[in-house]
Amino acid sequence: MAKKKESQICIITVTGNDKVGIIAKISNACARATINIVDVNQKIMEQYFVMTMACDIANASVSMEEIQKRLGRIAKDMDLNITFQNETIFKMMHRV
Amino acid sequence: MTISVEEVFETVNMTMHQNFDIRTVTLGINLKDCMDRNTDKFCRRIHKRIVERGKQLNRFADQIEAKYGIPITNRRISITPAALLLEPLPRTIKTAVKVAKTLDDAAEKAEIDFLGGFGALVQKGMTSSDENLINALPDALAATNRICAFLNFASTLAGMNMTAIAKFGHTLKEIAAKTKNGIGCARIAVFANVPEDNPFMAGAHHGVGEPDFSLNIGISGPGVVRSVIANNPDCDLTELSEVIKRTVFKITRAGELIGRDMATLMGVDFGIVDISLASTPAAGDSVAEIIEAMGVSQMGRPGSTAALALLIDAVKKGGAMASGNVGGLSGTFIPISEDAGMIRAVQDGALNIEKFEALTAVCSVGMDMFAVPGATAAEVLSAIIADELAIGVANNKTTSVRVIPAPGKKAGDIVHFGGLLGSAPVMKVAKKAAPAFIARQGRIPAPLKALRN
Repeated sequence: MAKKKESQICIITVTGNDKVGIIAKISNACARATINIVDVNQKIMEQYFVMTMACDIANASVSMEEIQKRLGRIAKDMDLNITFQNETIFKMMHRV
Repeated sequence: MTISVEEVFETVNMTMHQNFDIRTVTLGINLKDCMDRNTDKFCRRIHKRIVERGKQLNRFADQIEAKYGIPITNRRISITPAALLLEPLPRTIKTAVKVAKTLDDAAEKAEIDFLGGFGALVQKGMTSSDENLINALPDALAATNRICAFLNFASTLAGMNMTAIAKFGHTLKEIAAKTKNGIGCARIAVFANVPEDNPFMAGAHHGVGEPDFSLNIGISGPGVVRSVIANNPDCDLTELSEVIKRTVFKITRAGELIGRDMATLMGVDFGIVDISLASTPAAGDSVAEIIEAMGVSQMGRPGSTAALALLIDAVKKGGAMASGNVGGLSGTFIPISEDAGMIRAVQDGALNIEKFEALTAVCSVGMDMFAVPGATAAEVLSAIIADELAIGVANNKTTSVRVIPAPGKKAGDIVHFGGLLGSAPVMKVAKKAAPAFIARQGRIPAPLKALRN
């Protein structure tokens, strides 16, 4: 078996109004970029629908900038806020 | 340990709704090895280095922005104090202006909006090169758009160079006269106890004690702090301090991570995280509004100084816990023109110049970005500067003054600078201050505090 690359976890966060097809569109975009989805969570917080999706970009076929662009297009089409961030930022900010 | 939806949302919310950003990544560049007796050779060397490194800074900042999804608003460069670099060159205004224009052109080519370090350390006395640089400032600032200048007039260890301060009152009036709305004055800050690693303009420079390169980060989140205070309207002040500390801890950690990552990518030393709360003219990004959220009816009214002292202390404690590399100014900026709440306070008459000075005794950084009538006498400007720097010297802290004597304007008028510099209501100042005191010149000796050994 070929040695697996170390995982590199990123978090996709979606906030906005809940609607049909959010997960479908995003997971489709991930699949096309060979990004593996590791975990999905969602919640209603304040007035927002919030979904977080942890994914592994170690084997991704495109750069982070390109993924950002593609997610940006989905955000625009579906009128949502989507952010895509390396997991380390959350670990640094919320864990001592 | 996985990260919860709540935690992710808190971070995302900070950048989305509360203007949290990395305010600046500033690359300090040592230019001492470029020095030469030949002006052209010197200019060629510094131009090449700044363009190369500046482009690299922008490229990597974009990459880091994409990686962490946190905006890096400004990318800037600070250099070895220019008066030092000018030492071997002819002592003419023309030479100093040529160097300033070279730096300006290099910054433009590298798409860097501000380049700091065109200044001198003259707390004890001026070399002829220092004096030449000060004489050249009006022309140098008028001929450039991106150059920021600084002068250190005082320090706790050396005292206050009143000869230089007296001279600078006139220089400031000349700068104002030579640039539109006196905007050149917004690109020069004068200091007591200037830090060598401050990433924020206009005072940034790459100190003589620094390595070849160092990457310094300025984080900022007045909006984040304001909203956490607004969400805790009933807690007592001890608890409020805790709440602020926790929030600042989080944003400082983000700064530390991004700074380290950037420095590694660029192959340079990581310098410091400056935890100053820096306001912008954007709605909600105001330090005055933090003070008001704490319960002071308006910034500048009694209670403001105590509230500001609590704020800055909590910010420092949270920041110091989050990073072992806190440095630079690490105070709270209360510029008038760049903070919507400060502008309102001046216009409503809640904040006058005397209270403004008092506020700077507890926050660091000093009297920043305020306008006074264009007709203000040079000795009055020198006296305002001397008062403010004395606060720094006596309290062993950094203070600075960035004042714009707005040509043709009188108290109550508004002067617009545009962009990040905002607009400033012209403040009322005394017509006569201390002409005979300023005219004495000389040096105010270092305070007893300086004898600590």
